Amino acid sequence: MIGLIASRLAQIGLTLAALSFAAFLLIGLMPGDPIALAIAGDPRLSAEDAARLRALHGLDTPILQRYLAWAASVLSGEFGHSRLFARPVAELLWPALGSTLLLLGVAVLLSAAFGLLLGALAAARPGARALVDATAILAASAPTFWIGILLIILFAVLLGWLPAGGQSEAGGLDAVRFLVLPVATLAIAGLASWARHAASALTEALSSPWIVTARARGASLRRVLWGHALPNAAPPLVTLAALDAGALVGGALVTETVFARPGMGKLLYDAVMGSDLNLALVALLLIGAVTMAATLSADLALRAIDPRLRDAP
Amino acid sequence: MNARLRLGLACLALPAAAALAAPLLSALLGLDPAEPDLFNRFAPPSAANPLGTDDLGRDVLLRLAYGARVSLAVGLATALAATLIGTAIGLFAAWAGGVADAVLMRVADALLALPALPLLVILAGLDPAVVGLPRGEPIADMIRIVAILAAFGWVGVARLARAQALSTLARDHVRAARALGVSEARLVLRHVLPALSGPVSVATALAVAGAVLAESTLSFLGLGIAPPAPSWGNMLAGAQEAVFEAPQAALWPGLCIMLAVAGATLVADGLRRG
Repeated sequence: MIGLIASRLAQIGLTLAALSFAAFLLIGLMPGDPIALAIAGDPRLSAEDAARLRALHGLDTPILQRYLAWAASVLSGEFGHSRLFARPVAELLWPALGSTLLLLGVAVLLSAAFGLLLGALAAARPGARALVDATAILAASAPTFWIGILLIILFAVLLGWLPAGGQSEAGGLDAVRFLVLPVATLAIAGLASWARHAASALTEALSSPWIVTARARGASLRRVLWGHALPNAAPPLVTLAALDAGALVGGALVTETVFARPGMGKLLYDAVMGSDLNLALVALLLIGAVTMAATLSADLALRAIDPRLRDAP
Repeated sequence: MNARLRLGLACLALPAAAALAAPLLSALLGLDPAEPDLFNRFAPPSAANPLGTDDLGRDVLLRLAYGARVSLAVGLATALAATLIGTAIGLFAAWAGGVADAVLMRVADALLALPALPLLVILAGLDPAVVGLPRGEPIADMIRIVAILAAFGWVGVARLARAQALSTLARDHVRAARALGVSEARLVLRHVLPALSGPVSVATALAVAGAVLAESTLSFLGLGIAPPAPSWGNMLAGAQEAVFEAPQAALWPGLCIMLAVAGATLVADGLRRG
């Protein structure tokens, strides 16, 4: 078990190192380093000033050397300064990460709960199967940002019940009003895969011999479904949660952008649009690390609930 | 042809017909999809503008039809590129085995483990002029988006192709052909490749769905097809800005995306069930 965690952590570290190097190289090949941007912003800077600044910040050294220096400072917890927000990157990252984790956590719980209900409906009532299937395909085909826009139109423009975006200034209960629509957007976007997988896992479990036996001995459909079929259908659903982590994080980026919610996704997007590439790179690495950590914890949870996997390599 | 395949093809037929008929529609209505008419903003549906006009007074139906050309072209080109690259890599990994197989599959795993959209946003935000692509031209935007999406899209195809190729390589007729002295190139191309068509066609259909969705997302974010060229995604970006003035503008482009993506998904489902 500990060996498994160690090897997976090593794999995550290696992936992040490769990703950071590739991204650093790509960004380094782009024209327009921070000095060129500074010159464009201030005509009084001369070519000699630029050369001096480049030497001062080490931008005249080979890219590999620059990458190693950058990696060493990031590993020591020094993330540098954001040109776009004129603040240290670390000050921007942690509040944004908290906001995104809150959004994702609530949305995942909701989409798992409603997805399971829809899946159970499809498994227990074969007549409802086609309806659940159609709903799932439509929900999976609708772009996340469109779901967000439709919810804004319905609840913010037409009904006027909820704010169209942004974040609460008052905090407390008021903050919940700003959370409702983004959470609903992400939950609807994630609902489809939960419903489809729950339906197929529960249908399979319901046709197993022990379920048929339990039914024959007089157990009610409700008891059999939630007491016997669901625990046996849990492993594929936890696997799905692990596989979906990346898509979910992408959905958070779109949702935060649509609702102008300050989170990791919006931070990365703003950094790319404002060509603050250092901030974009650090945000990308943090998002990647969180995603892979989520996948790993889902895999470990899978081993905890399925004893058959514990002895597997 | 099963029911899902037929339904999927029917869903795709409408946007495909609109894409083909776009110039005809333009001539019929006597309008240009990129020509603003500021005296006619957010016009309601009428004989002159069957679905009304957008924030710059351009005809919505016409822009949807021209947007279909962009979205479907990007979807199909991405799927084609992803299929070619993915099949080649999957086939090679299965045939070569050993270190080459392990390295290629680790790369595929890493690409699957990382969140795709944040990576796509960073790649799409880089300056295309560096690799010699002109900036701002619709066709250059399309090539850029196809290249970026295909760089991630091959993974799904490669995994399916590799799994099928591994099982085919172990089959008796392939081993017999090898024992008879058939060259390795002929063995792989003539006896293994045809066996991949089933799983690969499913992966291709799924790649079309994924590419249409990803292109619309990037265009919505302002990183894909740049206006004034219409794409369903950038039409929705305009619609969100006008959400209080003209909420109806958000309806049609989203429905088009949903129709095309659901169509491709159903085709994949239908092909899988054979």
